[in-house]
Formats: sequence, structure tokens, C-alpha cells
Amino acid sequence: MFRRVLFCHSSCLQLVLSLWLVSLIGCSSDGITLEDLEAAAAKIEQSEAASGEPVSSSESVVAAMLEIEKPKLKFGFIKLTDCAPLVIAKEKGYFDDEGLSVEVEAQSNWKILLDRVIDGQLDGAHMLAGQPIGASIGFGTKSPIITAYSLDYNGNGITVSNEIWEKMQENDPELKKPQPKHPISAASLKPIVDSYKQEGKPFNMGMVFPVSTHNYEIRYWLAASGIKPGYYDEENIQGTVDADVILSVTPPPQMPSTLEAGTILGYCVGEPWNQQAVVKGIGVPVTTNYDIWKNNPEKVFGVSKAWDEKYPNTHVAVVKALIRAGKWLDEKDADGTLINRPEACEILSRKDYVGADVDVIDNSMTGTFVFQETDVRPMPEFNVFFDGNASYPHYSDCIWFLTQMRRWGQITESKPASWYAETAKEIYKPAIYRKAAEMLISEGKVDANEFPAADYDGYRVATSDFIDGKSYDALDPIGYINSFEIGNKDDESFAKK
Amino acid sequence: MNWRGSALRFCTVAGLPVLEPFVRLAAGEDPKEQMVGISKFVFLPVFAVLVFLFMWSAAAKAIVTDSAKLPSPTETWVAGKELFAMHQAQREADTAKQQEKAGQAVRFMLDARKLERQAANASVADKEILLANALLLKKHAVAAANYKPTSAPTFVDQIYTSLYTVFFGFVLATLIAVPVGVLCGMSPWFNAAMTPFIQVFKPVSPLAWLPLAAIVIIWAYSNSKPGETYFDKAFLISAATVSMCSLWPTLVNTTLGVASVDKDYLNVAKVLKLSWSQKLFKIILPASLPLMFAGLRISLGVGWMVLIAADMLAQNPGLGKFVWDEFQNGSSLTYARIAFSVIVIGVIGLVLDRIMICLRNLVSFGNPSPA
Repeated sequence: MFRRVLFCHSSCLQLVLSLWLVSLIGCSSDGITLEDLEAAAAKIEQSEAASGEPVSSSESVVAAMLEIEKPKLKFGFIKLTDCAPLVIAKEKGYFDDEGLSVEVEAQSNWKILLDRVIDGQLDGAHMLAGQPIGASIGFGTKSPIITAYSLDYNGNGITVSNEIWEKMQENDPELKKPQPKHPISAASLKPIVDSYKQEGKPFNMGMVFPVSTHNYEIRYWLAASGIKPGYYDEENIQGTVDADVILSVTPPPQMPSTLEAGTILGYCVGEPWNQQAVVKGIGVPVTTNYDIWKNNPEKVFGVSKAWDEKYPNTHVAVVKALIRAGKWLDEKDADGTLINRPEACEILSRKDYVGADVDVIDNSMTGTFVFQETDVRPMPEFNVFFDGNASYPHYSDCIWFLTQMRRWGQITESKPASWYAETAKEIYKPAIYRKAAEMLISEGKVDANEFPAADYDGYRVATSDFIDGKSYDALDPIGYINSFEIGNKDDESFAKK
Repeated sequence: MNWRGSALRFCTVAGLPVLEPFVRLAAGEDPKEQMVGISKFVFLPVFAVLVFLFMWSAAAKAIVTDSAKLPSPTETWVAGKELFAMHQAQREADTAKQQEKAGQAVRFMLDARKLERQAANASVADKEILLANALLLKKHAVAAANYKPTSAPTFVDQIYTSLYTVFFGFVLATLIAVPVGVLCGMSPWFNAAMTPFIQVFKPVSPLAWLPLAAIVIIWAYSNSKPGETYFDKAFLISAATVSMCSLWPTLVNTTLGVASVDKDYLNVAKVLKLSWSQKLFKIILPASLPLMFAGLRISLGVGWMVLIAADMLAQNPGLGKFVWDEFQNGSSLTYARIAFSVIVIGVIGLVLDRIMICLRNLVSFGNPSPA
């Protein structure tokens, strides 16, 4: 109920409204009913007729209004800058515009976040792209999760401790330069890992979750230089079979402190936790995932399949708000400067969102990345939220994760190529995205050319923008899996099935 | 009983011996002697706190690592004020939002009525579309009018959530512990049967109970749809963990209280030929109340301590989550906020403890003790 009323004399309507609100105080507490509103509207119409002053009633657009099944929602997120679309959609009122009242709540780690989406405590969440895939195929917790919106591309980095960085510089004089040549591969790390192995000491590195992009990226980076990051099998779900480097799970916000304590020697994590290491002087970021794979999928907005079946319109409304938030985040002026990012950083730095200091968040978000004090590089594409169809759920992105899961043994047996395509269709739901986009186009809030053409099949063009120059074509997952020196191999016959 | 006597008695029962010298002073007793009391209960603690603050300030200047520094008392105070200011600002923003939505609701309604008027003199085909749209607009109007703003819980909200959770868990624990304790105290056989459970479960940490509590609660809620349950799952998991950890002191003390009821009282019961229930309610329970309340006091203290950990893990939006989230933020304000919340948690714990002392003294039949 409305307890206090502020009179604002901006217009006749406001005044009448306030009067009406006063009249409603003392009503029963079971909310305001249709009758109350009818009465209020009738009153306003009367006063309008009496005064001859038309009420400035904006013609509400009714072109295709969604009937929201569940207006009050709670979404989970982890304190990382790439939760930005969710936070912006809330703070900029895009959720409100769809008639949704949304709370976004920080979760303590990825496992808890996923469990709470599965058991219905959260309606949806900011998820690692691998989470809906892992949950749907049953690696870890098995429960179908789908996604209709990709939150962003890129946004991760790999950081090593100062001590390891010094050793890497000794192995490769190029790294001693104030601005070494990028991308930095793990080649200069290999001798260090080998010597640790010689001495029987474990070489520990951190990543954030078994099915996280970070896990596959750091493995990709290590394996590209011949370091074995370890395999998964039926018994070993830590992924440490035959491992040169022991990868373990650490929650993102704890990465810098774990590195500082010496428990891990390096980690792969999203922002702001690489920049935090630079600012605090405890580590050196050596590479970003933009160098490992240019424009790779990172986070998605995931909901449980049951939730989507129960609240289809609500889901579309949420995706609508997220599309607008993504677009706002990638807004550029004529020189290509990201104009809204500083404001986004200020919002994200609030304690209930990411909570880190603004100067830590805004490095990468505003398109620069600090590797060292001497090596500050412009990286305008470090975080891509919307441009280049970054928010569209591409099947090929899903398939890449499936190939990596198979490569490292999280998928324990060989699967035919057709299975990859079918699984991607089960988890990635571009139809919902399209519906939301079409509604926004008809409302005039976005432009049709900002979305893939109507005949687009969901497979991005084959690319070889990888650190090791391998080519990835999602139509041939088996060939891709077999192209790696380090990794499980499948029989060629599966490629035809 | 003159006013002085009752005031002194109040000081003792309320567990506020600090007031006693002032009462005596007001009653005209020897000022010198009272000054001794006042210096003991007032000046000395104030001096000790000042020394502590001084040492804290000195430590804050010295303890600086690469990534953080210990907050000074002033920083902590500022952070605390800011937290309360944030709460205020959030409440105002919510109110403004609600008003905005109410305005929107009426606008929707006006548009809907306009459409209805248009429909009245439109062709049949248009009429249907117009009326359908009007209906939709009305739905939106009702939704907007009943809009409840959802903002992240503020520090003050989190304090309330924590108190509510502890209270709920504590009541749950009491409802279990008191009856079981009474049975244990009255029957050595039952006590023998319960002993292994008490001995084994008593020392278990809250972090171990929490996942198990979570399984039970999620199972209990498995058939209900989200949003249709009265309690939040995270809240129940937190509260259940609190009760699992805080029921033991009450249980053990109640058992002891019931078992050690004075033999003379029981003999009186025999002489008067009291029935079993009369014996329980007229003699055993009243006689064991002081010990039972001593147990409840420890339980509440344990519950409040355990809650912070339970909130952290169960994601129940209380003070524990505040501490955890702040720890994860790692911003320059983090440590000052955590220091402030430590003080708040401590003060609330103290108040709860005093309340329990007061309750215990009220049932102690004329022999209260100040702490």
C-alpha cells in the first residue's frame, strides 16, 4: 500500500493521482483492485471534462503486449563485470519497462548458483556458458537448463604470480621488454612446469568451475604449448589424470588472495580479478582469452527448462530487457568510444553488485587492459556484450564447449557428430531470442540489422582465430577434436553418423 | 518495600548492576562508597574502551599489506554511517518508484478506457482487437498499481533478517530441547537411551549440519512450486542449522535441572498425593526453571554465533551474507564495513544475552544473580 504521498505539481494528472492515492490509504491491504483503478480513472476523466484540460495520457503501445506470468523475479549472479547486462537491465529500468520487478542477488559460488536455479530458489542466473551444457548432459548435477541469451564474449585473463613471471622472463628474453610481443604463449612456462615435476612438487593453478570457459581456456592455452593439463575420466572428476599442471576450483573473488597466499601459482578468471592482481601488485596477467580465441562465448543467461515451460512470456520479456541492456553497454560514438561504459562501471562498483573499486572495474570495461605498469594495451573488444551478434545464442558456440568436454574426458565416450548438433538445439534456444528481438524491432527500440538474418542457421563462420591457429568448424566436431595433439581422440567413423 | 529497595531489585533482575551505585547515590547513601562502585562499573570500562580504541588506531596505521589495510576506528564509524544512509536512500528510492508505478497504472487505465470508448463505435473486426488490448492494458494497470519494488536488502534489512532467523531457530530448538530434556531428567532409562545422540551430535559444527539440513528442506519442498511457499528455503536452512547447533545447551541444562529437583519437594508431592501431571507442572518444572533458562541463555548465544556462518553458506540474506559479500567485493571500503558489522553483531549478541539474563532472573524465585 502507499503510505506516504509526495505532492508533485508537475501536472494536473499528478495532482489528481496524489489525491487518489490519499483516498486509497486505509483500503484493505490486499492490493489495489481493478475497481479502484476504474474509479480513479473515472475521477480523472471527470475532472478533465470539467476543467477542459486534457490529461497527458501517452498512448500506451499495445501492438503486442506480453502477458507476464510471473512479474516478481529473483536472478542470481557472481561478482564479475560480465554480469553487467542483468544489472544494467535492472538499473536502467529495462526490466520495469517489461512489467518485471527483478531482484539480482550475489551468490557465493557457481555451484550454489546452479543448485539454486535447479531447485527453484532463483528464477534464472548469470551462468558460465558451460553450465547449462554440463547440467543438461549430466556432468556434475544433472538437470536440464536452457539459455536463450548469451551475455557476452571474451572478458577473461590468465594471471601468474610475480615469481613465476620472473622465471618465465628468464626462459624468454622477449618477455623482459616493457611491452613484450603478444599473444604470450605458455612456451616459457613449460620448463618451469617440467622442473616442478622433476622435483615432485605439484604445479597448482586455479580456475573457477569444472565446466567453466576458464577451465577450457587455460587447458587450451597450456596444451597449445605442450603442457598436459590433465584428463577427466569416470573415476577422476577433478580432471588430474596424467596432469603436468594441477587445476583446482577457486571462487573468482578469492583468486587474488589465494595467489597471494601461494596456494596457486596462477589462475584463469574473469574481470575484475586479473586487474585486481595488477593493482595490488601480486601477479601479472600474461594473456587474455581474446588472444586464445578471438570472440569466444563466455557467460549466458540460464534458466531451468521447467521454468521456461511454465513462464514462456516472462522468459521472452526478460530476454527483451537483456537485449536492450546489451545494446546500451555497447553503445559507441563516432570515434568508436564506448560511451556508456563509465556509467556502467560506476553502477557495477556498488556494494550489492560487483562491489570492487571503480578504478579496478573500469580498466577492462572501458577498453584498456593493464598487463603490467609498462604494458597498458587498448582492448576495445575485451568485453563484447552485443556487437557482432554477441548476444545471440549460436549453436556453434554450444558445440565448441561440447568438443572441449569430449577432448578432456568430461564426456567419457565418443559421440557421433549428429549428437553434437542435437544437443546444441536442446540447450540453446534462438527462437526465444528471435521472438524478443522481433518485438523490440516492432516497438522501435532496436534496429533489424542488429540481428542475424532470418535464414541464419546458428553456426558462426569457421574460424582459425585461435592461439595455436587451429581451425574450428562446428559442422565437423569430430574432426576438430581429433586435430589436437593433446586430448582424447574419437574414431573417424563418428564424423559421418 | 520502599522505592530504593524495588529499584535495587530491578537493577539485579534486569542484569544491570551498573545502575546500582547511582540508585544508592540518589537514595542518599555514602557518596564515597558509591564513587567506588561508579568508577568500577562506569569509569573503568570507558577508560578500557578508550585504550582499546587507541591501540586499534595504532594497529590500523601499522597493519598494511599489499592488498588491504586494517581499518581505523574513524573509517569504521564512517562506513557504518554510510551503511545506514544507504538504507535511508534505498527506502526513499523504493517509495518514489512505487509512486511512479501508480502514475503509470492510472495512465494505463485511462488508455484502456479510451480504447473501450473507441471500440464502442468501431467495426466488428477492430472492436475485438481494441477490447483485447484494453483488457491487456487493464491487466498491466493492476500489475503496475500493485508493484512491489525489489531492491537488494540493505544492512538494516539484513539485521532484521538475522534476528528473525535466530529467533525462529531458537524457538524451534527450545520446542525440541525442553520436552526431551524434561523426559531425560525424569527417567534415567530414557536419559541412557538419549546419551549417545547427545554426546555425538553436540560437538558438530554448523557447517556440517547445513548441507544435511538443506537436503531435508529441499526434499520437503520438492512438490511445492517456487514462490508458493510461505518460507524461503534459504531462511529455513539457516534456521534449521541454528536450531541443530543451539539445542544442546538447553537440553543438557534442562536434564540437569529436572534431575536435581530437591528431594523434599518430591516428598511433599508424595504426601499430597499429587498426580503425575500435577507433580510435573506444580513442582518439577518450576523448580528446574532457573537451570533451564541458564541453558536457554547459552543456546541463544550459540545460535547467534552460528547464524553468521549459516547465512554465509545458505545464502540467507542476513548479516552473514553481508559479511561474505563484502569479503568478496574486495573494495577499499570492504574491511571497514566488515569491522563495523563485527561491532554490530557483538552489540546485538550482548543485548540478546542481557534479555536472557533478565528472563532467567524473573523465574529465579528471589535469588537472582547479576550475570
